[in-house]
Amino acid sequence: MRPTDLLSITPAGLYCAPGGFHIDPVRPVPRALITHGHSDHARAGHGAVLATADTLAIMGLRYGEGFAGSTQEAALGEAIRIGDVAVRFHPAGHVLGSAQIAVEAGGLRIVASGDYKRAADPTCIPFEPVACDVFITEATFGLPVFRHPDVRDEVRRLLASVRLFPERAHMVGAYALGKAQRLIALLREAGHDGPVYIHGALEKLTDFYLSRGVDLGEIRKVTAADQAALAGAVVICPPSALQDVWSRRFPDPVTAFASGWMRVRARARQRGVELPLVVSDHADWDDLCRTIEEVGAGEIWVTHGQEDALVHWCASRGLRARPLHMIGYGDEGEVEPGEAEGAPA
Amino acid sequence: MNRFAALLDRLAYEPRRNAKLRLLADHFRTAADPERGYALAAMTGSLSFAAAKPGIIRALIAERTDPVLFGLSYDYVGDLSETVALMWPAPPHAPEDEPPSLSEVVETLASIGRTELPSRLARWLDALDETGRWALLKLITGGLRIGVSARLAKTAVASLGGFDPDEIEHVWHGLEPPYVPLFAWVEGRGPRPVSQDPAPFRPVMLAHAIEDRDFETLDPADFSAEWKWDGIRVQVVSGTDAEGRVRTRLYSRTGEEITRSFPDVCEALHGIEAAIDGELLVVRDGRVQSFNILQQRLNRAAVTPKMMTEFPAAVRAYDLLARDGEDLRPLPFAERRARLEAFVAQAGRDRLDLSPVVPFSDWEGLAEARLSPAAAGADAEAVEGIMLKRRDAAYLPGRPKGVWFKWKRDPHVVDAVLMYAQRGHGKRSSFYSDYTFGVWRTGAAGEELVPVGKAYFGFTDEELLQIDRFVRKHTVDRFGPVREVIHEPHAGLVLEVAFEGLARSTRHKSGLAMRFPRISRLRWDKPPIEADRIETLERLLAENRTDRASEP
Repeated sequence: MRPTDLLSITPAGLYCAPGGFHIDPVRPVPRALITHGHSDHARAGHGAVLATADTLAIMGLRYGEGFAGSTQEAALGEAIRIGDVAVRFHPAGHVLGSAQIAVEAGGLRIVASGDYKRAADPTCIPFEPVACDVFITEATFGLPVFRHPDVRDEVRRLLASVRLFPERAHMVGAYALGKAQRLIALLREAGHDGPVYIHGALEKLTDFYLSRGVDLGEIRKVTAADQAALAGAVVICPPSALQDVWSRRFPDPVTAFASGWMRVRARARQRGVELPLVVSDHADWDDLCRTIEEVGAGEIWVTHGQEDALVHWCASRGLRARPLHMIGYGDEGEVEPGEAEGAPA
Repeated sequence: MNRFAALLDRLAYEPRRNAKLRLLADHFRTAADPERGYALAAMTGSLSFAAAKPGIIRALIAERTDPVLFGLSYDYVGDLSETVALMWPAPPHAPEDEPPSLSEVVETLASIGRTELPSRLARWLDALDETGRWALLKLITGGLRIGVSARLAKTAVASLGGFDPDEIEHVWHGLEPPYVPLFAWVEGRGPRPVSQDPAPFRPVMLAHAIEDRDFETLDPADFSAEWKWDGIRVQVVSGTDAEGRVRTRLYSRTGEEITRSFPDVCEALHGIEAAIDGELLVVRDGRVQSFNILQQRLNRAAVTPKMMTEFPAAVRAYDLLARDGEDLRPLPFAERRARLEAFVAQAGRDRLDLSPVVPFSDWEGLAEARLSPAAAGADAEAVEGIMLKRRDAAYLPGRPKGVWFKWKRDPHVVDAVLMYAQRGHGKRSSFYSDYTFGVWRTGAAGEELVPVGKAYFGFTDEELLQIDRFVRKHTVDRFGPVREVIHEPHAGLVLEVAFEGLARSTRHKSGLAMRFPRISRLRWDKPPIEADRIETLERLLAENRTDRASEP
């Protein structure tokens, strides 16, 4: 069996013909396997959905319980037969519930890794390299200028600024699913034990993390009455809230943004960010290269992001590699689709 | 270097002028001599490192990285210094050197030989962290671009002693980095530095764009009008120093000296013992040439006799700031104007003439003159609009409110369809911000879009995000850094493009080139099929021709 017989590109996304299912399809399909809950990967309206229990729960929170015709939980590591194909979910270290999906048939194994990272994250299970013949990797930060620094240093810079400007609220833009909760957990690890304030749009998902036993300390939802109390406080909000009227209620805020994009100055300046924090839930260049070496695949398919550089790197190491050019994913991931729709608080 | 790098880093992200001022003032107050003086020199563009060419930096990074990966990274980041700072690999062994100080960098580069430079630079880059590398490379390639003008840096220095920034300007041109006497003076530890310069720059007065509602409150009788010429605003100053030597200097509106680029002008105006505010233009056979022509001279690196013959430059005078050592700036405009007219007539110099006054009695009359500047004679195509100046106003530095207004000619507007997009540079890097757009024509195979121009500004940051998103979602093909975007009769994005003029050109397939095109509006509401046709532009070009033919 050729790899393209097992998984092919269709307008709806990656399709497995022998199993009759799509992976992270961008339009409604009869049967979908979902890697993680970010809304460019997990969409509503499929017939049947197979995903980890956490991902299914996140989809339910975002889209309501009827988001699919039927759902099935995939336990990590468990082999599930679909037609002539065996599939297995393995942790991806991206956000809570995130998984890589290994698809195997006729002695050929392809791993679709979804989005992943290798850096430490107290809020989710770490990435696990899975040996395979074909590895499908993301390339969000697939350029050698993206070398994420130690996140602990970034959090220290944030706390140093809080100490330097105790009269100002520090507003940190962070994606609602994953980044926000990871940032809070990192603040706790760094010894910040005061309350952390969150925008209303983060409440549901943060509560969900708490319900899954992730320790985030004291969380307060920002209310209108807090204006004065927020001097010197850390306020986490969706990136889109940094620029809207919501942010103007705070005393002379310092605008921070936690994202891998903050490595590039133009990106930070474009968004009017004063305190860029390089904190990413995606693998950086070095980790993308390291992961490709570790899984030992002879063929690499590169998707959403900077495909060209990674394809070139693979070729220079004698690996067969091709860009998938799939449309509809975070692409260069400025804002997670649907992220901006959080209820104002 | 680390303190300086941290300052640049903070400034680069700080949007607020007052906060920038505070950061600068803090630095000047707390950093020691000569570090702070070199920082001031860097901010005011007073340092130049002729030997440190981008080519050297490119060669250093080429030895250390894969060229394809570097190319892709540079395309993405859009800034050579930043790309190198981020990609620079960690040295195999811990660096032996301490990170260099700013003064060490400046002083070493002033004396180091060309052959030693690359290895010294590499050692510095090894010793610095990412921010330090970025600051070093920005500094030596002369492109800080951190949103700090020379004026702002001088204002920060002035604030140390509670001075007006103009006080700094008055002594500035007699000073050199690292400005130790200047800091001593503003901190009250030394005498006021004596300006030795007989041809100093005087801060320029600028205009506000006039708005419709201004016409309701302003009285035409209070104002004098003149043409706004489409060249570059300059100040030409000539004076005699204590030893009897005559110095003649040409300055840009920011006070940058451009004497060496225009020896023809400076020679013609040598010894006028005056400071003139005017417009630098290319004048052939008594006719002012368009900005396009001037640009051909501006773009050349070296000034050759051939170029000076081909593009003869001249100054058209707007104002007289000083004469025979007398400062005329406190006088009302009407009086300065009278003195200017007398001066220009009496001087009788080649390459100096008077910008004529445009007579008018009411705003309607002036509006008419503005729409058909043929009244300006043979030079109409070099008219950019009208300047309004209060008759009773002194010449004030900066952009004072309610005194001078500019009233530009209305731009032309056309609806075109986005066809290709390319990533931008600098602030816009990593966004698709350079747009090639086209209009419809009937080709051999039926209706087709033909590119007519390229624009990379005019839109807001929010609109940039929207277009960027559109480009990414509607890419139909890629050619290296360029994306082809869907452009069909019922699918695509219509851009309203404003431009100043139109000319024949072989650069675009359409045979037309727009002058100063920019995106004035996004027409999400308009299907591409309703965009303009090439005939609209052809007509415009023909009309322009007729206009000119009928001029005297």
